[in-house]
Amino acid sequence: MSATLCLTQNGNAIRRADIPLLSPDRFQENLVEALDSGWRVVSYFGVPEGGELFLHAVLSSKKEGTLGVVATSLEGKRSFPSLTPCAPQVHLFEREIAEEYGVTFEGHPWPKPVRFQGPLTSPGGPQHKPVPIGVMDFYRVEGSEIHEVAVGPVHAGIIEPGHFRFQCHGEEVLHLEISLGYQHRGLERRLVGKPSGLMLKQMETIAGDTTIGHTLCYAMVIEGLAGARVPARGHVIRGIAMELERLANHTGDLGAISGDVGYLPTASFCGRIRGDFLNLTAEICGSRFGRSLVVPGGVNFDLTSEMAAKLTERLRAAGKDLAGAVQLLWDTPSVMARLEGTGTVSDLVAAEIGLVGPAARACGLNRDIRRDHPFGIYSMSQIPVVTARTGDVYARTLVRWLEAEKSLEFIEEQLHQLPGVSVREPVGAPAPESLAVALTEGWRGEVCHVALTDHAGAISRYKVTDPSFHNWTGLSLALRGVQISDFPLCNKSFNLSYCGFDL
Amino acid sequence: MADMLLHFLLVLVMPPLLLGVIGKTKAAFAGRVGAPYLQPYYDLARLFRKGVVISDTTTWVFKAGPVITLAATMIAALLIPFGKHAAPISFDGDMVLFAYLFALGRFFTTSAALDTGSSFEGMGSAREVTFSCLAEPTLFFALITLTRLSGSLSLTPMLNYVTLPLWADTGAALLLMLAGIFVVLLAENSRIPFDDPNTHLELTMIHEVMVLDHSGPYFGAILYGASVKLFLLGALFVNLAIPFSSGNTYLDWLLFVACMVALAVSIGVVESVMARLRLIRVPQLLVAAMILTAFSLVLVVR
Repeated sequence: MSATLCLTQNGNAIRRADIPLLSPDRFQENLVEALDSGWRVVSYFGVPEGGELFLHAVLSSKKEGTLGVVATSLEGKRSFPSLTPCAPQVHLFEREIAEEYGVTFEGHPWPKPVRFQGPLTSPGGPQHKPVPIGVMDFYRVEGSEIHEVAVGPVHAGIIEPGHFRFQCHGEEVLHLEISLGYQHRGLERRLVGKPSGLMLKQMETIAGDTTIGHTLCYAMVIEGLAGARVPARGHVIRGIAMELERLANHTGDLGAISGDVGYLPTASFCGRIRGDFLNLTAEICGSRFGRSLVVPGGVNFDLTSEMAAKLTERLRAAGKDLAGAVQLLWDTPSVMARLEGTGTVSDLVAAEIGLVGPAARACGLNRDIRRDHPFGIYSMSQIPVVTARTGDVYARTLVRWLEAEKSLEFIEEQLHQLPGVSVREPVGAPAPESLAVALTEGWRGEVCHVALTDHAGAISRYKVTDPSFHNWTGLSLALRGVQISDFPLCNKSFNLSYCGFDL
Repeated sequence: MADMLLHFLLVLVMPPLLLGVIGKTKAAFAGRVGAPYLQPYYDLARLFRKGVVISDTTTWVFKAGPVITLAATMIAALLIPFGKHAAPISFDGDMVLFAYLFALGRFFTTSAALDTGSSFEGMGSAREVTFSCLAEPTLFFALITLTRLSGSLSLTPMLNYVTLPLWADTGAALLLMLAGIFVVLLAENSRIPFDDPNTHLELTMIHEVMVLDHSGPYFGAILYGASVKLFLLGALFVNLAIPFSSGNTYLDWLLFVACMVALAVSIGVVESVMARLRLIRVPQLLVAAMILTAFSLVLVVR
């Protein structure tokens, strides 16, 4: 454990002066050492300052429950040795930095665009020439019996745009390449300056289905920078909203998986029950997706004890319906025949590419921010982590159901014991020259926000990492050797966000 | 004469109703109200009023596909008896024509799909012809069994030969045959567990993906033709499964209609209680159906 890192905790801020600034060589060695001893990259991004590009890596150690930050400078050069060959989990981060700042990562095995955005000179600066989205050299398998199938960006269903290129031998997929970027809004470039109401609204729309996950992360960053405290009641309501979001989305996914195999009863029931859970969130804050609920310093809306009693009752009813609907899945052999053994990702591959969330837990990786880096209510009240072994669609379905079960228990317990009175405390100005890291476990997995402030306490660089950023590679690897007709099912079992990736 | 008119009337008017009944049954299982029984008629009326968009890369084959398929299906409708009434056209060997009119329709549906040059439609065509290769022997084993029993090569005498005494005599063979024909009925009409007619997922479709590029009246003709095909194969099944007649023509017609509706309900039940098969398992089920009908032939000729 000789890695040089500035250690911090989830939701805390550190002074930028304390972050070790290493030479590129030392930085590389340091990262490799840390990754070898069980650390994981949660975020890795460029920070342009004064004509110089600095790279910051944020690492997480489950064993020690700490986060570590380390930085390097490119020393005026525009190339950097790639770490991907020995640590595949950074491959997309490196491609992102390469695209945003025109840095060449020497030895990167897959140097392709990420979002087809033009190079940025500095965050907040103008965007350069637009790059046609989806135009790149796709990997090709040669041979007279190979055929190529291109799907998207316009799909037959109402889903977000993405382009999928399959190399197939008959019905078997040899390789799938996913090309995104159609939803790129230049979000990170806009997230600069003093924290504002607008910034909060932008956080709510990073990925609409993870509104709570992202706004909570943002609130934690701002609270960390300002050294603010959140009242206990605020923490509890945040936790309830977080788990309601998880419940609603997991329920929707269970229904969608069932719909994709053509099993209608569960699909229809889950569609309705998802609405029940969304309505519970709406009961708290007036928005089914939890908009305007979480703010820095706490939450905007309180829960009265009558409301809590009513919510508990409705939660129980919806939970009971969900249990019945999902039981139908396990009881139907034809459904199990479709789910088992489809789209398998091995635990080894999952760990190498750094999967997160239910997709990782379905492969047997025991990682969950709620336990590994507890935040808010989760540091007081533990929620058990669920894993499965097989890494196939079945495992991802099972993990979703078991997590929904745990969330139901958790919410009911929290509604029963709402502490304190105040739900929100004022938040001061962010500390200058600081860096704050916050992680939350959204329903899709680990959400990571990192903010750097300048000498005036305004945000100069804001980095968002949605769980989808880690997991899209998992989907394309899950498709290897799978029947192409099983792609929609695999896709649904991951259910990744396009706009959360595209930012 | 009245029988013949009723035959024409039923085959022209009733097929979309079966789809409506299937939809209602599925909705009931899912706890929904579901679309009205007449929704398929509204859909057809809407499609026939619409304009068409035709891809520049296609030729006459693309337009001929739906037309020839519908025409072939309608001719097949003249060959098969409904209930215990004679078919409008009946001659020795019409069972072969009946089977191959469907094959002709399929040939043009797949050709029209290939004509678009789309990779999806190519995949759909490949799946369709592979699976129908395996479904065809089942149908022929069933027809040969019936020929052996009735001593006739024509559908009307062949199907009207199936009566209660025959069921008492060769019930096992007929039961095996019925099971095989039910599987073919589901497979040929792209129902669950073989295909999901409601899916929007291009990569999993079989029949739906082949007609993705068709629009307006062409698509209407395809949908209507598909419902007629379901009706005809359903009639084949019902004729074998209901081996008695009351003697009263009109009562028999009523019985036939009621049985067709019951069949639609049972298809809806099958679709509700099971998921689609993994595509790679489809041939296995089709081969199993083939073996069932082959056994029924063995039982009859032994």
